[in-house]
Amino acid sequence: MAKVASEEHELRRVIDEEREVAGLGEDDLLAVYRSLVLLRTYDERSLVYHRQGRIGTYAIFWNHEAMQAGSVHALADEDWIFPSYRESAIGLLRGMPPSTVLHWWRGHPAGWWDPAEYRVASICVPIGTHVPHAAGLAWGEKLKGNSTVAIAYFGDGATSEGSFHEGANLAAVMQAPLILFCNNNHWAISTPLEAQTRAETLAAKAAGYGMPGVRVDGGDVLAVYEATREAVERAHAGGGPTFIEAVSYRAAPHATADDPSAYIDPDRVAEEKRNECVGRYERYLRRLGILDVGLAEKIKGEALELMRQGIAEAEAEPEPDPELVFDNAYVLPPPNLRDGWDG
Amino acid sequence: MAERFLVEAVNDALHVELERDETVMVMGEDVGRAGGVFRATAGLRDRFGENRCVDTPLAEAGILGGAVGLCMAGWRPVCEMQYDAFSYPCLDQLITHVGRYRWRTGGKMQFPLVVRMPYGGGVRAPELHDDSPEAYYVHTPGVKVAIPSTPADAKGLLAAAIRDPDPVVVLEPKLIYRTARGEVPEGEHVVPLGQARLAREGTDVTLVAYGAMVPVCERAADALGDEASVEILDLRSLRPLDEEALLASAAKTGRVVVVQEAPRTAGFGAEIAAILAEKAILDLRGPVLRVTGFDVPYPYWKIEDHYMPSAERVANAARKLLQF
Repeated sequence: MAKVASEEHELRRVIDEEREVAGLGEDDLLAVYRSLVLLRTYDERSLVYHRQGRIGTYAIFWNHEAMQAGSVHALADEDWIFPSYRESAIGLLRGMPPSTVLHWWRGHPAGWWDPAEYRVASICVPIGTHVPHAAGLAWGEKLKGNSTVAIAYFGDGATSEGSFHEGANLAAVMQAPLILFCNNNHWAISTPLEAQTRAETLAAKAAGYGMPGVRVDGGDVLAVYEATREAVERAHAGGGPTFIEAVSYRAAPHATADDPSAYIDPDRVAEEKRNECVGRYERYLRRLGILDVGLAEKIKGEALELMRQGIAEAEAEPEPDPELVFDNAYVLPPPNLRDGWDG
Repeated sequence: MAERFLVEAVNDALHVELERDETVMVMGEDVGRAGGVFRATAGLRDRFGENRCVDTPLAEAGILGGAVGLCMAGWRPVCEMQYDAFSYPCLDQLITHVGRYRWRTGGKMQFPLVVRMPYGGGVRAPELHDDSPEAYYVHTPGVKVAIPSTPADAKGLLAAAIRDPDPVVVLEPKLIYRTARGEVPEGEHVVPLGQARLAREGTDVTLVAYGAMVPVCERAADALGDEASVEILDLRSLRPLDEEALLASAAKTGRVVVVQEAPRTAGFGAEIAAILAEKAILDLRGPVLRVTGFDVPYPYWKIEDHYMPSAERVANAARKLLQF
């Protein structure tokens, strides 16, 4: 099932090769760990909250944390993030309160955040249609003479979408400072990668757009960081967009409404779980002597407390005002907008 | 005031608005070097540079999706779709994002973009150069729709669309791009969205139309001559809709014929008929009649005249209503 990587598309690795990333000090490495733990805690608690009926259907991102944390740490605060639903909680890494994201999954309008406040665009629910937005933003910032970079996250299935193609091509033609970040977890709900493409690798598609395509181990947070940092540097130097294929394997259901037992290989899932990304990084930091059990427990405890506060805040939020049905569709609403409304 | 053709008025509006606001930019297929296949954007690239009149890759969803991101970066993009039916790939972006993004941000962000395109039939063109897609656009929440029928309105409505803080689709009647000629105010000229134009005053029957159907209604009124005193209401914008003007005219004449060249079912004429049924039933002396295209693909051009509403069909509908 697994595809053989061509020589130029070998997976970049840091942790398994026991390398160190130049320029990352102890504090940086611990900051990356905190981000991983925060995302992991958000995800695991969300599954519990869903089962308790406290949030609605939820798209699980367990074992995708390294791709999200590694790439965000390579960005500057002014750089723009365009998430898919798989990156619903990525705003936490920009200081967004967990309650905001929980509101989103609770269907409460308090989950509407201001993208400009965090430089995190709204969650894109349809597949790949945010790629042109990220391309347009990156191009628009470049036209204004700013050094802002944009990153768009999407999965392997999205590379089959027309929007991915049109956005990638637009970014390349305009030499827009964009990072196309593909989390290739090998599954689009139940459709495996080999039913999605005949390309040898997804990174190979980059050549067709005239942009570099690189492959990294998506479970290796430092490899993801390093590859993203290079893409940012290329964008800043006027080198345009980069396609990053982060290779992983979906070890959890697509979402809380999915039962993968009908289609997935349980042995492969078990193998992935043994090698999950947070534990891999934790062991790496311990080998370097940067992290001990006490500090790890402290960081996990802090994340858990943040989530407890988040769900408490979300549940304390009053029911939304029914007027919100009309409030935000237009700046200048047409006069007959409320025809038929008895509220 | 200068006399201009309708397409020249569009070009004039773009020159004035790009000059007035340096965040306004034009983008689309062949809009730069060629100045647009109808020359609506001619001269802009030379005047404002290749970054404010941009030849994009041939990708309608990419153009409109890119425009969403440009808005987030502070631009006011004016996207040209080369033809009505070529705009269908951009419906994905329009429906899933353009009409919803402001709502999705709780009103925090604005998406002041414009999509403009030549639309409509009667031009002896190949398939898919003839459609009237206004119903798709007006059915999309979060989006406004304007359709001019005169050169002055083509300039004024486009300027209003560019200045509007919400996304606006402007459909330009290509059939009369170079036949409708009239006086167009120089410099800044804005026709507010949501104000219908009384194209002709009368007392017996109201013809409601927009775009290229307005001159058809004028010919129908001429043909009716002494048979009836005909009022013609040019809607100018479908959303926001000037219901006040519609209801006032219905109250005055008691008889309404709606004319559209789009297919009949669920067209904008049906919306007009429904509004009149809900809000003007006691003013009406007969049913609201529709003169429309048909529920078929727009025909090959050797037979397109049998599809397009003609002055004769409109006049006959008015006669039928007068005899009701």
